[in-house]
Amino acid sequence: MSVWRRVLRALLLPTGMLAAGEIVMRVQGYAGDALSKPTDVIVALYRALADGTFARATAQTLASSFAGLALGTSLGLAVGLWFGLSFVARSLSAPTVEALRTVPAVALIPLSMLAFGFGVRMESSVVAFACIWPMLILTQAAVRQVEPRLLEVARMLQLPRSGRISKIIMPAAAPRIFVAFRISVGVALVVGITVEIAANPYGLGYLAVTSQQNLRPDLMLATILWIGLLGWGLNAALHGAQRRAFPLAPDRVAVPQQGTR
Amino acid sequence: MVGWNVGGAFVTLAVVLAWSAVARLRLVSPVFLPSPEATGQALWAGLNQGDLASLTVGTVERMVVGWLLASIAGVVLGGLLGVSPALRTYLQPTLEFMRPLPASAIMPVGIALFGLTPIMVTAVVAFGAIWPVMLSSAHGFSAVEPRLTEVARILRLSRLAFLVKIGLPSALPDVLAGVRLSLTIALILAVVGEMLASQQGLGMAILLAARSFHAADLFAGIVMLSVVGFVGNALLQACERRALAWQATT
Repeated sequence: MSVWRRVLRALLLPTGMLAAGEIVMRVQGYAGDALSKPTDVIVALYRALADGTFARATAQTLASSFAGLALGTSLGLAVGLWFGLSFVARSLSAPTVEALRTVPAVALIPLSMLAFGFGVRMESSVVAFACIWPMLILTQAAVRQVEPRLLEVARMLQLPRSGRISKIIMPAAAPRIFVAFRISVGVALVVGITVEIAANPYGLGYLAVTSQQNLRPDLMLATILWIGLLGWGLNAALHGAQRRAFPLAPDRVAVPQQGTR
Repeated sequence: MVGWNVGGAFVTLAVVLAWSAVARLRLVSPVFLPSPEATGQALWAGLNQGDLASLTVGTVERMVVGWLLASIAGVVLGGLLGVSPALRTYLQPTLEFMRPLPASAIMPVGIALFGLTPIMVTAVVAFGAIWPVMLSSAHGFSAVEPRLTEVARILRLSRLAFLVKIGLPSALPDVLAGVRLSLTIALILAVVGEMLASQQGLGMAILLAARSFHAADLFAGIVMLSVVGFVGNALLQACERRALAWQATT
């Protein structure tokens, strides 16, 4: 099936449902505060993009999320590499890691509020905590899953430890580590938006909550739509980069759940 | 193996001791880092004399009700999607677009529709938790071994019989993985919902503790939330092992 036919088929259901909703709302003369006609939502989306509301809120959300992402993933990467390479470190740290992993990131929102007040630091610290775990666990798994044949090659070439790590293990683990990073980006965005909705007066989540409180359902729905587009766009961009840089990387990697190593 | 577990336990103990030292030396202000002893005391007092137990039950209730609704609906809808390639061509792209959407972004819509009520929290939990179950069930049902589909055709099994006797057991690993993920999401949404809608539960409790600078109560609440998450996950994993015991590879 050609690409166009597939795209048309994909758009058929959502446009159909939106059109149906539009017609029903217009016929009924819906004037409530909870929902909005799809056309109103699209107008609100366009207006918010045009006058910079979305630009400002998106910049705020991305700033905190990416700051937390950078911190969390670098920590997770470093520790994950260490645990992947060292059986002793891995085994001794396992109970502590499993215990810390159980803490839901949202539970830290009040603590972060207490420590940092409102703003970028509060949000990025919660995001950082949430991003450490997928990165740590998947990096550790990636290092451990390096093909044994490659390790035999390293032994045969009598590579020193540093050489083995930099020349054999890192390039082999890189694709899976990139997938772990992609997952962490998704986590960062989700946790960032959640923190904004729950507490932080900052960014896209806060815009959605205030639109609802100001009885602007069109802007609220437009913001949610924009958040969805943002998440989808980020994931698509990273997926494309992954396919270019690491063509052999697996498409999806499951984060091993608690209780499994 | 036992040796490493004991060693690991020692490391955890060392971390707790370091935490206690940091708190005692006031390297971090006791306003936000209570000592482990204070946390333990707050936990004990909260469970025995206070209402920490009933708050936990409140959160767990909201989490479980929403999660059950989401799981049942998710398996049914996912099953329908999985066995019908036609439905999938039309629906899959929309669902894939919904997948990265943060479940908590639905919260304002829930508030708009239901107000700041318990119903809102349950509705948002159910809506947010349905996606992992539905998507992984769809994947599981669509990946049934073709030989088994042929067997079903030879035996002239009805659609329903096929789903129950062949489809469901074949899709069970994916379904259970999705169900486990949706429990995690249900917990997160229940906590955020409580924070926003001021429902009696752990989310509200830790928010109040933070606002009144009771760091020990705050940490006690965080510990309870972690326990809820851990216990839920462990229970599901045990069920999963039981249910999938007949499989050669798990």
